Amino acid sequence: MILAPDDKGLYCPAGDFHIDPWRPVKKAIITHAHGDHARPGSKSYLCALPGERPLSLRMGGSVQTLAYGERLTIGNATVSFHPAGHVLGSAQIRVEVGGEVWVVSGDYKREPDSTCELFEIVECHTFITESTFGLPIYRWQPADQILNDIRSWWQGNAKDGKTSILFCYVMGKTQRIMAYLKKYENDIGKIYAHGALQQMNEAYRQSSVALPTAPNPVDMEAKHNFSGALIFAPPSAQGTPWMRRFKKQVTGRASGWMRVRGRRRRLAIDRGFVLSDHADWPQLLQTIADTGAERIIATHGSTATLVRFLREQGLAAEAMVSTPWEEAEEM
Amino acid sequence: MQEFTQLFIALDETNKTSAKLAALQAYFQHAPPRDAAWAVTYLTGRRPKTPVNAGQIRRWAALAAGIPDWLFDESYEAVGDLAETVSLLLPVEGKSAPLTLAQWLEERLLPLAGKTEEEKQLAIQTWWEELDQPGRFVFTKLLTGAWRVGVSQRLVTRALAAALDMEADVIAHRLMGEWQPDDSFYAFLQEPDTSDADVSKPYPFYLAYPFDDEPTSLGEIGSWQVEWKWDGIRAQVIRRGGQIFIWSRGEELVTERFPEIAEAAKLLADGTVIDGEILAWSVEENGAVLPFSQLQRRLGRKTVGKKLLSEVPVILMAYDLLEWGGEDRRTTPLYERRQQLELILTKLSDHPVLRLSPVLVGESWRALEQKRQESRERLVEGFVLKSKDSAYGVGRKRGEWWKWKVDPFSADVVLLYAQRGSGRRASLYTDYTFGVWQGDQLLPFAKAYSGLSDAEIREVDRFIRQNTLEKFGPVRSVPPKLVMELHFEGIRRSKRHKSGIAVRFPRIARWRKDKPPEEADSIETIMALLPASERNLQ
Repeated sequence: MILAPDDKGLYCPAGDFHIDPWRPVKKAIITHAHGDHARPGSKSYLCALPGERPLSLRMGGSVQTLAYGERLTIGNATVSFHPAGHVLGSAQIRVEVGGEVWVVSGDYKREPDSTCELFEIVECHTFITESTFGLPIYRWQPADQILNDIRSWWQGNAKDGKTSILFCYVMGKTQRIMAYLKKYENDIGKIYAHGALQQMNEAYRQSSVALPTAPNPVDMEAKHNFSGALIFAPPSAQGTPWMRRFKKQVTGRASGWMRVRGRRRRLAIDRGFVLSDHADWPQLLQTIADTGAERIIATHGSTATLVRFLREQGLAAEAMVSTPWEEAEEM
Repeated sequence: MQEFTQLFIALDETNKTSAKLAALQAYFQHAPPRDAAWAVTYLTGRRPKTPVNAGQIRRWAALAAGIPDWLFDESYEAVGDLAETVSLLLPVEGKSAPLTLAQWLEERLLPLAGKTEEEKQLAIQTWWEELDQPGRFVFTKLLTGAWRVGVSQRLVTRALAAALDMEADVIAHRLMGEWQPDDSFYAFLQEPDTSDADVSKPYPFYLAYPFDDEPTSLGEIGSWQVEWKWDGIRAQVIRRGGQIFIWSRGEELVTERFPEIAEAAKLLADGTVIDGEILAWSVEENGAVLPFSQLQRRLGRKTVGKKLLSEVPVILMAYDLLEWGGEDRRTTPLYERRQQLELILTKLSDHPVLRLSPVLVGESWRALEQKRQESRERLVEGFVLKSKDSAYGVGRKRGEWWKWKVDPFSADVVLLYAQRGSGRRASLYTDYTFGVWQGDQLLPFAKAYSGLSDAEIREVDRFIRQNTLEKFGPVRSVPPKLVMELHFEGIRRSKRHKSGIAVRFPRIARWRKDKPPEEADSIETIMALLPASERNLQ
């Protein structure tokens, strides 16, 4: 086994390192800076070069980096990062030991995203794939169309003098939408970002991702008029007193889960946008086929479903056991 | 079809009655009459039998999506709605076909009835491909018929009335009549000669306002008519044009459910309208009201069998005379209306079914207050106090009619969430969370676990399972449809509760099948029950 889970995470005996460990380890190699993949406390961190700022922000210290495609020998293992297309700096991690190649996908999507590099197919023997949206009900519309929907939603609300509040995950979704809206910032209205988003926005800007100006609404003078503005906020801000400053507000949420009506309604938001940074069902199957892998290990999400389906297709598939990750939290 | 799809989604995505009403009204303003008629057919639960069943839909959808049946089932498990699952699974996104709702139904769906299974499958799969995802969802809803969008007949009636600029009760009457989904639907509803509907038309009910003061504040006892507050179904019995109509307060025509009252009402002169309470009444022991739970056995069914008729006989306890000699008498003072009512009923020589609600006489408020303590034993809810000079008004107003209920506190609340019980109720949803209105939204207000009979618990459990909107762990949410009367002992302000109010010993007094959810209590009404010292705190 080139990689196998131990009590701290996915471990590589040949290189004595862990990938996305959930407990502190000596050497952590990280696919991307989301909280369910990058946890603080390890002695050293290594990530793909474009992910340096987000990861060091999250880990609260300096991290080591490696450019996409560059190979690094660690013990008896050769490690390299390849774009996963999920968020800024997200990587698939390729591990080669004695001619056998394993790839850990991390989270990924196949669609273009202006805030990160496009997913790259890496051929391998064993492919460890995420399966967050591992059900055939999850099929994404082209992202451009959804981004355009978000723009016209904002525009419509602004015309009615309303404030649009869009709940998005702190890292990735927020910046993806903000980057798209940059060219409209002066046409439609002002853009603001909740305090919890400010540092990550800054990390993106420092990584040369062009984002519109988006001050913290809390920094505005009292009784500032937000009508016509678009406010980005983390989902946790919904229903808090922070929201009261916006009169005539309309709420939206951008997430792959918005595909299902019940989820939308449960969140009590006015509008759901099906925009995901994960692979949908067709992309998962396509990617698994593209890697040419003989063996598929599913993790993060609907693992059992995906595994059963792949096996019925004649593939050697199994679920990664003993991962303590919470089920089905999209980031 | 596209407009109808948008209507469905708009209705589905909001819990606000006002938003639903607006969406319906906008639809009816623009939809061709034939489409509107079909929409009403579905929204009011009269849909025609569809020529395909859920099993076929599952199978054909799985085939079209190229997935095994077990994966279809897992997808369904994640989505919770068959039509939605189908709409999400099919890979092809068509463009919504430019057919009207009526064309979809009349030219496509209904003619499938005579076809072979293969022909049906081919047709349905082809149509799925023509539609975009929302269109596919609503089209499949037409096939499966599980319509849970929180729209009552009453709401449809109101929306149609507003869109067509007609009186709501004329529309209500006409919708209950014979009509087909065709081009003449609007013309039929809008027929300016409303004599057909006028003959059945009830007056708006006048309701008593809760009384929580010292009765001496009402002044002279002699200027008040005091009656028991009977615990049944408020109703109007209408005798006009040789016909009988019985309307419940839920604005529902219930004539056929109470044949003995309809029969007795034939004795009334044409042009008479009586307001009263339908009660289950024991004929032995020379008459006494039966518990409301008995009357409930007569509800919820359109026609009543002989057995039930003899086990649970009903009477009308007459309160008021609204029309007499074909004339609206509502502005005549109460004491005159009462005199006339007594005259009419006495002429029927104490008919066993049409009874006069007795007027209670006391020398003082104090004496009456003592009488009021008998309420519980008498299975009544307390007193109703009516100013003898009062007109029969509209709605609920302060000042002239009071309901002076005995304790406990009581509120009509709407079921929002349910959770499984424990012990012998482990397999049933028995732990309920109820809401009250705040504006046009329902605010979670209290939880209750007891009060329903086992049969009712099973019925509620079935409703919950068949109408679950969402599951959050062990909790299910349901459309706001079931109204329960909640009793509780104490009430105080609470920061820990979302409603800002905590109640002591809440329990379900009864299931108000006669009440539409819109008539449940509001948080303001509940706040008014707070002790005076707490009422104005924020």
